[in-house]
Order: sequence, then structure tokens, then C-alpha cells
Amino acid sequence: MDTKKILEIVAAIAKKIEAEKNFLTELDNEIGDGDHGINLARGFKSVEEKLPTFADKDIGAILKGVGTQLVSTVGGASGPLYGTAFMKAGNACKGKTSLTPEEFVAALEAAVNGIKMRGKAVEGEKTMLDALCPALKALKDGLGGGKNFVDALTDAVDAAAAGVEYTKTIIATKGRASYLKERSLGHQDPGATSSLFMLQTTLEVLRED
Amino acid sequence: MVGIVIVSHSQKLAEGVVELAKMMAAQAPLAAAGGLDDGELGTSYEKIFAAVEKVYSADGVMILMDMGSAVMTTEMVLEDLDRPNVKMIDAPLVEGAVLAAVESAGGRSLEEISLRMEEVRATKKF
Ligand SMILES: Nc1ncnc2c1ncn2[C@@H]1O[C@H](COP(=O)(O)OP(=O)(O)OP(=O)(O)O)[C@@H](O)[C@H]1O
Ligand SMILES: [Mg+2]
Repeated sequence: MDTKKILEIVAAIAKKIEAEKNFLTELDNEIGDGDHGINLARGFKSVEEKLPTFADKDIGAILKGVGTQLVSTVGGASGPLYGTAFMKAGNACKGKTSLTPEEFVAALEAAVNGIKMRGKAVEGEKTMLDALCPALKALKDGLGGGKNFVDALTDAVDAAAAGVEYTKTIIATKGRASYLKERSLGHQDPGATSSLFMLQTTLEVLRED
Repeated sequence: MVGIVIVSHSQKLAEGVVELAKMMAAQAPLAAAGGLDDGELGTSYEKIFAAVEKVYSADGVMILMDMGSAVMTTEMVLEDLDRPNVKMIDAPLVEGAVLAAVESAGGRSLEEISLRMEEVRATKKF
């Protein structure tokens, strides 16, 4: 995975988020303040506008740039959370112009740990972590078991999708949805859903090869 | 005097809290960081950063905020600012702001006001 691929993935995620803006916002209407899609679409639109200035940068700097942009434009909890995630991933890829599968895993792990740190959250609290943590584990297991990167990432996307389903069965204890207590049951978490979309989009771009 | 920054999702709320606090302490250096650039509801990294800079002095700054992204974004501003005498305070927004303003105008230090904030957290209204 080289710099060009990373830029393609970021651009594709921006498109996907824009396409799913209303859906994500509707999910957030059910158990939040109805702005998740609007927030993320605003953030990724500004990322999209910045993309040309990232063209000659290394992967670390690109991801860091994406994170910085999200922090300053999203406006909701997903801003500092995804912002920290991309910045930490960028830190893990400092100076690199290509990533091995292992380096990609390290970047994703840094991102997930960044979200845990920023949100003071763990798995099982009905947040984006319920998609990302199982995905990270599946990716590691797949690669450890000898699968190629695309197959392992396919497992990761499946695990994230299962994680999104799982969020319907639990009560939120972090974020706006936690005010609803048991009334958050039966609804899927918007942030877990946007995380799934990002992983799906990454896979789709890599499958094109 | 210790600077005070009020962070909220709502520009009106942040400005309203500043207004209330000023009633008892007109001289206290207060700044509101509410809403997004366009006035929409949300938390703005840039507004928080600018508000801290605006009221910053060697006496330090205390920041009070509402919830969720207001807390997380303030945390990120503090990491980037890297100034030891800028502190986030976990207290009720209105009561906290009024007390902080009165104490700041009274010449108390950041440490002294922080301690008094613990009291405001435990105080019941009735
Ligand atoms: N403390 C947290 N830790 C991890 N994820 C969180 C946390 N709080 C919220 N989230 C995630 O963020 C998503 C909501 O993102 P959104 O952009 O709508 O923020 P918000 O809740 O409206 O923000 P705000 O705090 O400004 O009200 C949730 O669905 C959840 O996945
Ligand atoms: Mg929301």
C-alpha cells in the first residue's frame, strides 16, 4: 500500500461519508442529537478540499493532516475521536511512503487506542469502538493465520458489521445516547456505523487492484 | 487575574454564561467559546484556542465546558497549547463560572480557585 493508495482511500471515504450523510444523521436522530452525518460530511468535505496539498507528502503526514482537519471542522464528538485516530495512525506511519500489512495493523491499532484514550471508553459501551475493536482483532487473526491482506481485511469488515449489529443489543454508557439508558436498546450506534463504512471503503479500494 | 473560558455547544449559552458571571465580577477576564464558526451547534477547536489566548496571562486560565465533544476538544487544545497554567475544571457550568469570576476578580490564584470549585461541585441548590 503506497502513498497514492492512501490518498485514494481517503478520497473514497470522503465520498462514502457524503453519500451516507443522511443515513448516519437519521441513526443519530434515534439515539443522539441528529448530527453525526452532518458533522462527518462537513469534516470530510474539508479533508477533500485539502487533498491536493497532501499529494507530495508521506503517509504519516497525510494521515496527520486528515486528523487535524477533522478536529477543526467536525464539531461533534466524532471530531476529536476520529481526529485523534487519524493523527495517531499518522504518528505510527511517520516518514513512510508505503505500508506492509503489519504496518497497516500497527497504524489501525494506534488509531483504536487513540479513540479509547480520547473517549475514555472501552468495547461494549455502544460506540465506534464496538466496530473497530473486533475489526482490528479479526485483521490480526487473519494475518496471523496466514491469510493475504485483502482476505484478512474482508474478515475485519465482517467483524465490524457484526459489531454494528451488536450495538443494537446493548445500552449506551458513553456519549449522548447514554442519556437514554435502556431506550438506546434496539438502535445501532451511528459512530460504529461510520467506522464500518470507513473500513468497507478501504477494502473496496484495495480490492480494485 | 485568572482568565476564564466558557466552552459550550451553543454560542448563546456560552455568551449567556459569561454575561451572568460578569454581573458579579465585571473586571474578571472571561471569554466565550460557543458553537461553530457559522453559529451552528457544536464545538470549535479554533474558538476554544482563540478564547484561551484572549484571556491568557501569567496568572493562568481555567476552562469550564458543557459535555462530550466540548470536553474532548478542550483536551486537544490543551495538549497543543502546552501551557502548565491552563486547567480544565469539572464543575456545573453556571455556578462554576459565577464562582470562578468572583474569585478571579478577588485576586485569587488558579490553585485557590480550583480548590473552591470542588465546593461548588458538592453544593446543593436546595
Ligand atoms: N466517549 C466516547 N468514546 C467513544 N466513542 C464515542 C464517545 N462519545 C461518542 N462516541 C461516538 O460518537 C458518535 C457520535 O458522534 P457525533 O459526531 O454525533 O457526536 P455527538 O455525540 O453529537 O457530539 P457532542 O459531544 O458534541 O454532542 C457515537 O455514535 C459514538 O460512536
Ligand atoms: Mg451527534
